[in-house]
Amino acid sequence: MTTQIDPARRGAGVAPSEAVLTVEGLNVSAGDVPLVKDVSFSLAAGERVGLIGESGSGKSLTATSLMGLLGEGLQASGSIRLAGVSHDLVGASPKQLAKLRGRQMTMVFQEPMTALNPTMRVVDQVAEVMLIHGTADSRAAARKASVDMLERVRLPDPERAAKAYPHQLSGGQRQRVVLAIALANDPKVLLCDEPTTALDVTVQSQMLDLIAAGVAERGAALLFITHDLAVVATVCERVLVMYGGRIVEAGPVEEVFTNPRHRYTEGLLAASDLESSDDSGRLNTIPGTVPPAGRFPSGCVFRNRCAHADQTCAELPPWMGAAAHGHACWHPGGTDER
Amino acid sequence: MADLSATASEVVEEPEARATRRPLGPTFKLGAVVVGLVLLAALVSFVWTPYNPELVDPRERLLGPSASHWLGTDKFGRDVFSQILVGARITLFVGVIAVGLAALIGTPIGIIAAMSRRKSVSETLLRGSDLVLATPALLLAIMFGAVFGASTLTAMIAIGIATIPAFLRLARSGTLQVMATEYIMAARIAGRPPLAIATRHVLPNIAGLVIIQGSVAFAIAVLAEAALSFLGFGTPPPTPSWGRMLQESQELITSNPLLLLWPALAIALAVLGFNLLGDGLRDRFDPKLEARR
Amino acid sequence: MSPLLRNAASRLAVFFASIVIASILIFAFMSILPGDPARVALGVNASPEAVRALHAQFGTDRPLPVQYLHWVTGLPRGDFGTSYVSQATIGPQIADRLLVTLWLVITAMIVSIFIAVPLGILAALRHRRMSGLAVSGLSQVGIAIPGFVAGIGLIYVFAVKLRLFPSGGWTPPAEDPPAFLKQLVLPVLSLGLVQAAILTRYVRSAVLDVLQEDYIRTALAKGLGSFRTLVRHGLRNAAIPVVTVLGLQLTTLLIGAVVIERVFVIPGLGSLLLDGVANRDLLLVQGVVMLLVVAALLINFVVDLLYTILDPRLRGA
Repeated sequence: MTTQIDPARRGAGVAPSEAVLTVEGLNVSAGDVPLVKDVSFSLAAGERVGLIGESGSGKSLTATSLMGLLGEGLQASGSIRLAGVSHDLVGASPKQLAKLRGRQMTMVFQEPMTALNPTMRVVDQVAEVMLIHGTADSRAAARKASVDMLERVRLPDPERAAKAYPHQLSGGQRQRVVLAIALANDPKVLLCDEPTTALDVTVQSQMLDLIAAGVAERGAALLFITHDLAVVATVCERVLVMYGGRIVEAGPVEEVFTNPRHRYTEGLLAASDLESSDDSGRLNTIPGTVPPAGRFPSGCVFRNRCAHADQTCAELPPWMGAAAHGHACWHPGGTDER
Repeated sequence: MADLSATASEVVEEPEARATRRPLGPTFKLGAVVVGLVLLAALVSFVWTPYNPELVDPRERLLGPSASHWLGTDKFGRDVFSQILVGARITLFVGVIAVGLAALIGTPIGIIAAMSRRKSVSETLLRGSDLVLATPALLLAIMFGAVFGASTLTAMIAIGIATIPAFLRLARSGTLQVMATEYIMAARIAGRPPLAIATRHVLPNIAGLVIIQGSVAFAIAVLAEAALSFLGFGTPPPTPSWGRMLQESQELITSNPLLLLWPALAIALAVLGFNLLGDGLRDRFDPKLEARR
Repeated sequence: MSPLLRNAASRLAVFFASIVIASILIFAFMSILPGDPARVALGVNASPEAVRALHAQFGTDRPLPVQYLHWVTGLPRGDFGTSYVSQATIGPQIADRLLVTLWLVITAMIVSIFIAVPLGILAALRHRRMSGLAVSGLSQVGIAIPGFVAGIGLIYVFAVKLRLFPSGGWTPPAEDPPAFLKQLVLPVLSLGLVQAAILTRYVRSAVLDVLQEDYIRTALAKGLGSFRTLVRHGLRNAAIPVVTVLGLQLTTLLIGAVVIERVFVIPGLGSLLLDGVANRDLLLVQGVVMLLVVAALLINFVVDLLYTILDPRLRGA
C-alpha cells in the first residue's frame, strides 16, 4: 500500500517560509576535522525526502545533529530551524532541545535489537514519551494510548505485546515499537536512519509502508536516510545525495535517478544496476574507495575518484540550479532538460 | 548534570582513526616501573643486603632511620631495610607460584569446560568451580595452616587453589567466544581434532586475557599473603615477610609508628604496581574495550 | 510449573548439594589432622584407659563416616558439638561471635555502598574530565591497600594521634551505646573504605557500559533529560552487574573481618576461628569454617536469584 503523492507538489521543494524544517550551512566537525560541510536543505509538511550516501558520507551525523545528539568532541555550526520554534536548534540549551525531541522532531534508528530498554515493559516505554511531553493526561491514559499506537503499527496482539519485554519480540516487532514511540506525539518531522537495513527483506516493505502511512496521517515531514536506492525510489519524493560530508546533488526522485547530473550519483546508479556491465564485462563500480573522515580532497570532494576530473575541480564547485533541485559539479553528466 | 548524549554517542561518532594499534599507555608504564622496583629489590636481596635481616641484635633495638640503618631497626634489632628487600622475595615467590598454579590448572579446565560437547562435563566443572569460588583464599589458607602447619608453602597452595576458579571462568568464557567464530565452526566441521583446535586457535586468542588476569591475580595474591602473614599463617619467623613485619610492630604503634609504615608502603606499592600493569595490559589487549576509552 | 519457579527450584537443589559436598570436604580435611584430641586434652602422661574413656565420650572412637553423619545432622539444629579442648558447647559461642561480626560486616557494607555508588556514577559521567579521573585514580590507590593496613593507619591517625576513637575493643550495643558506636567507627571504616574503592570501579564500569547502549540514545531521542535518562534507564540496567559484585563483596567483607578483628581486638567469628586454630580445637574450627562457607554459598544463591528478578531476559520465557 503506497500513499498517493500530489503530482502538482511532487519534487517541487518549498520556499523557506513554508518549510517545516530548514537547515542552512550546517557544519559538523570533530575539532579540526570537518565531517559535514555546508549542508542546506528544507522540508515541507508532509514531504518525503531521502538522504542517500555511503558509509562515511556524513548522512547519519547530519541526522544526529538535527536531533542535537552529537557526542563529545563534535561541534555543530550553522542553522537548523523548526517551524513554530523561535530559537535556532544549533546552540540551543539541552533543556530546549529535550523539549523538542520526541515531540516536534523524532527519530527511528537503525538497530532495533538494542534500541529498547531490556528491563522495561514495552507499554511503559511507549507511554513514557507521552508522559514526558504531557500529551497524555495520566499514566492510565498514556498506557491506553500506547496500546492504541501498537495496534496502529500493526503489532499482532497489541495487548500482549504491550505487556511484553523487548527480548520477547522479534527485530521487526521491536522496530515497530520504536516507530510507535516516534509517532506517538504527532511530530512535525520524522527522521529515519536506515530503519530497515537490519530487518529481513520480507519485513522491510511492511515497515516502509508503516512509515509512509505514519507520516501521511500526520502530515509530518520525513527525512529518510539510507544507502539503498531502491528504498528511496519507493518511499521518497525528493532525494539529496551526500558524499564527503557535502550534498552533491538534489532533486525529485525520478529525475535524479533517470537523469543524474553529478558524477557520483551517476556512479551510484550504475553500480546499483545489476544487469548492466562495463566494457570488461564486470559489474559497474566507482573506482577507488571512500576516504576516511576528514580526508576528502579539497575542492570537489569527489575528484580523486572521478573519471572526468581536471584542474578546475581543485576549486569547490558552486551549486548549480535551484535550492531543491541542482548539483555541485564542474563537469556534470546528463542533460539540462527537465 | 553532564550532558548524557555526549557519553552515549561516543561510539557512533568517533572517526575511524583507531585502526592503528594502541600503544602501551602510561598506566602500563607506571605499573611496569613499580613492579620492576619490587623485582629489583628481590633480585638485589639475593646478592646483597646491608645487614643480615635475620640477625637479632638487642643492642640495636628500635633505632630510627639513620645513615647506618636506612629505615631503622625493629624490636629485635633487625635491620628494617634488609627485611624489606628480602620480604620482596617471599612476596614475589608466593605470587608466582600461586598464580602459576592457578593459571596452569584453571585455564585448561576452563577450555575443556567450554569445548566439551557433553553438557554434564561442562556443568560439573562449572559447579565445582563455583564451590571453590565460595571458599576465599584466606579461609583455605587458615584451614591448611591448621592441618599442615603454617608455612610459605601452605599459603602458596591455598592462594593458588582459591584463584583457580577465576582462571577457569575466564578461560571458559574466552574459549566460548572463540568457538563461536565461523572460522572455528568450519574447523570443527572439517573434523579437526579438538586438541589441535585448542592449542592452535583457542590458546593464542585467550592468551592476552589470561595474562591480564594473571597480573590482577598477582595483586590479589600479594594482598592475601600479607594478610596471612599478618595473622601468622604465612611465612614463619625468622624469614622476613612484609605482613608479619606489620604484625610484629603493631604493638609499637604509639612509640615507633615508622616501623609500620615501611612494610605497609611496600605492600601497597606492590599491589598497586600489579594492578596498574593489569589495567595497562587490558587497555591494550582487551577487545571489549576497543570502543570505549 | 512456571519457568521462574523451575529455575529457582533447580538452583535451590544445587545450593543444598553444594552445602553437603562442602561439609564432606571440610570434615575430611580436618580429619587428616594428626594427633589425638583425647591425648591433647588429658596430657602426655594420661593412662590408656582414660584416653579410651575420653574417646568414647567424644565419640571419636567411632568410624569416620559415622562421626561425619553425627556432626552434619546436628548442624541444622545449631548443634555444632562440644569442644574437646574447652569442653564447652560450640553452638552458643558461634552465635555470640556471629552477631558481633555481623554488626561489623553489615555496617561496612552499607558504608561502602553509600560511598561507592555516587562516586562510581560520577566517575563514569565525568570519565574524561579531571574529577572522573581523580576518582579513578583514588580508587586505584584504595584497592592497593589491604584492609588491615588501612586499619592500622586509621588507628595511628585517629586513635593514637587525634585520640578521637579507641584503638580497639568491643562493648555490646545494649550495654553502652555511645562506647559501642565509637568502637565501631574505625573497624567499619577500615573494612568499608577499601571495599568502597573496589565497588567504585565496578559501578563506574557498569555505568559506562550501560551509557554506550542504544536504548540510552532512544531515551534521549524521546526528549528525556540527562538526569532522568540516567536514573530510569541507565541505573536500572547498570544495577544488574553491580548486584553480583555486591554479593562477592559481602563474602570478601566476611573474610576481611577475620583480619580486622585481629587488628582491633574484636571478639567476633574471626578471632574465634583463629583462637580455635591456635588451640588445635578441631571441632570448633570445623564448625566456624562450615558456617562461613555456608554463608558464602547462601550469598551466591541469593545473588543468583536476585539476578533473575532484576533481568527479565533471564526469566526463561
